[in-house]
Amino acid sequence: MSEAQSTYNYKVVRQFAVMTVIWGIVGMLVGVIIAAQLVWPDLNLGWLHFGRLRPLHTNAVIFAFGGCALFATSYYVVQRTCHTRLFSDGLAAFTFWGWQLIIVLAAVTLPLGITSGKEYAELEWPIDILITLVWVAYAVVFFGTIAKRKVSHIYVANWFYGGFILAVALLHVVNSAAIPVSLTKSYSAYAGVQDAMVQWWYGHNAVGFFLTAGFLGMMYYFVPKQAGRPVYSYRLSVVHFWALIFTYMWAGPHHLHYTALPDWTQSLGMLFSLILLAPSWGGMINGVMTLSGAWHKLRDDPILKFLITSLSFYGMSTFEGPMMAIKTVNALSHYTDWTVGHVHSGALGWVAMVSIGAMYYLLPRLFGRSEMFSVKLITVHFWVATIGVVLYIASMWIAGVMQGLMWRAVNADGTLTYSFVESVRASYPFWAIRFLGGLLFLVGMLVMAYNMVKTIAGGRTVDDARVLQPAAHHA
Amino acid sequence: MSDFVTPFWNWFVILISFISIVACGVLLWTQNTPPPRTVDTTGHVWDETLEEYNHPLPKWWMWLFYITVIFSLVYCALYPTLGDFQGALGWSSTGQHAKEVAKVDGDTKPLFDKYLKTDLKALAADKEAMETGKRLYLTYCMQCHGADARGGKGFPNLADNDWQWGGEPAQIVETISNGRMGVMPPHAQLGGETIKDLANYVRSLSGLAADSVRVSKGQEAFTSAGCVGCHGPDGKGMAAVGAPNLTDKVWLYGSAEATISETISKGRNNQMPAWKDFLGEAKVHVLSAYVLSLSAGQAAK
Repeated sequence: MSEAQSTYNYKVVRQFAVMTVIWGIVGMLVGVIIAAQLVWPDLNLGWLHFGRLRPLHTNAVIFAFGGCALFATSYYVVQRTCHTRLFSDGLAAFTFWGWQLIIVLAAVTLPLGITSGKEYAELEWPIDILITLVWVAYAVVFFGTIAKRKVSHIYVANWFYGGFILAVALLHVVNSAAIPVSLTKSYSAYAGVQDAMVQWWYGHNAVGFFLTAGFLGMMYYFVPKQAGRPVYSYRLSVVHFWALIFTYMWAGPHHLHYTALPDWTQSLGMLFSLILLAPSWGGMINGVMTLSGAWHKLRDDPILKFLITSLSFYGMSTFEGPMMAIKTVNALSHYTDWTVGHVHSGALGWVAMVSIGAMYYLLPRLFGRSEMFSVKLITVHFWVATIGVVLYIASMWIAGVMQGLMWRAVNADGTLTYSFVESVRASYPFWAIRFLGGLLFLVGMLVMAYNMVKTIAGGRTVDDARVLQPAAHHA
Repeated sequence: MSDFVTPFWNWFVILISFISIVACGVLLWTQNTPPPRTVDTTGHVWDETLEEYNHPLPKWWMWLFYITVIFSLVYCALYPTLGDFQGALGWSSTGQHAKEVAKVDGDTKPLFDKYLKTDLKALAADKEAMETGKRLYLTYCMQCHGADARGGKGFPNLADNDWQWGGEPAQIVETISNGRMGVMPPHAQLGGETIKDLANYVRSLSGLAADSVRVSKGQEAFTSAGCVGCHGPDGKGMAAVGAPNLTDKVWLYGSAEATISETISKGRNNQMPAWKDFLGEAKVHVLSAYVLSLSAGQAAK
């Protein structure tokens, strides 16, 4: 075996890990800015108003921050659990630079108003093609590594990463199908309600596969590793994996309740969202129960605090989601800030926290240190972030239910009790609290960045981590 | 109307939906194993330390899963879910909407019938009716005319005593019922200088600062270019065609010389949408009275 083949490729993991923290700060900063614009409308300056910045925020946190975290951890996990170096260093480097280019292009085009207008798929067709190329390279590197693994069984984390990579490829290609009219403008290949259905099939599965399956893969490696305990149940991981990836594909229509979509399609979306509750919780049970017998570790290990808290938020938002998919509940919650709160309990509480925990695990190992520069600052980060999330989602719950009730209130004469603008005025205090919650979460990320820089400064780049031989009885 | 072009697709959807729901339950059923006496790991080890126990599926979790599957099957029987099958309850979202609207309409019909029979001017003085009118206004009208009814550029101020299409009760009812198309034709063919003259003349009509030479030239052009046809020889407008009074210091698009020049050279197209079919006669009547009441305090001026 050559020298290069006998070590893990930590370079690409390191690059993605550092960019995870950087894009996290950028994306959340834009989030805090648009939260402020809602409280102080005068901050909508020129072209940098809410409408232009909002897609920049969502793309930055989901695809830049979340995407880099998934690339970093999947490359790390697939090498370590397959006991082999990545399939191709060249392609892996291409995915890193290609993905950064896509992010920069997004950051330029979205504020310029260049958009296809599809939520979470706003980027125009030339960028979509670039995404496809990078994604195919990603799939080749990932599955190529699986193919040359030195162990017979594929570890559960890799099923989830693999499912995420395949499904996202399918979703992206189908939903982005469009007819270009110029370099910066295209029209969707679908029309009317079909277009809406394809969009939300994509939109909900972006949540299901990008933000759930991918991060469950992350969870299945870093939770047992950090806890030093075996995964609770292999059987549960099999059942909830297949049930999850099967039912998620049906859930999209719950975004289109009481619209022009046929009733039967809406009903199917609602029912499969309900069925999705148990498969989603399977991951939470497996993660949390992995800690049974080692609960004391939670007391003084802030990384484990991040990971287990993320699973709590995951469990909470995957309970809330099916409830909101019920037509009668949706009639109240749809179009209100409740949805925004729900998304953020998933995005901040689950996705961001599990990623942050994984990064605190990874960074010292990638930079040749036994732990982060300051473990105390990880604890600080944990509490600041947790308080931030709680403020965010509690304020959005209250605002959302209040808006829903105000919009449907009717007087004896049949007129609406409140005009729309009255519900806007009533929302201001809660928007201010949300701004504060988001700001706290951003501050936590800045603490993390400081800790990361200090860790890097006192460390060295590790490129000589030797590929481990599989355990004897396993080979 | 069927959502399916052929019965094949209907049955395709029915089967695939039904089988998929049942399959979730079957998957669970096949994985129901008796609890072992001791729980051991699967024997696989990855990356030095990663192992897996093989605990059986938690019972409460399995019940949760089963309940959602059973609920779904019951729901399929009761509500439209499986292709064209309407469900035993005959529910539809359009049906639910129609029912809710009919109920509110039925409950409020006596009140609105009473309002409809009341003379518009008397209704405008009825405090309770005007509370209703205000809420209707805040739901349907404020998006264009503003929360304070003072309008904005291109959207008429309803709280003053100026009426582009006439302020008589019947005229207001007509405006709201059937809408209005306000058209000022473009006059770019007059040339920049003449348009500037006209703009100065129009400004002078409302007592605004204007170049006196241009005002006199503009006055001539006002007749020769045909402005008088709609706005009248004295510039006081003509409500029948929606031609605004140019002498009342009320500006729909703005009073700056450049803005007036733009209005003359490029023309203006404006539309008040028709509300009769959407709101019904009675609500239009109440809204008309409300609009009238807004300018009641201004009448003396």
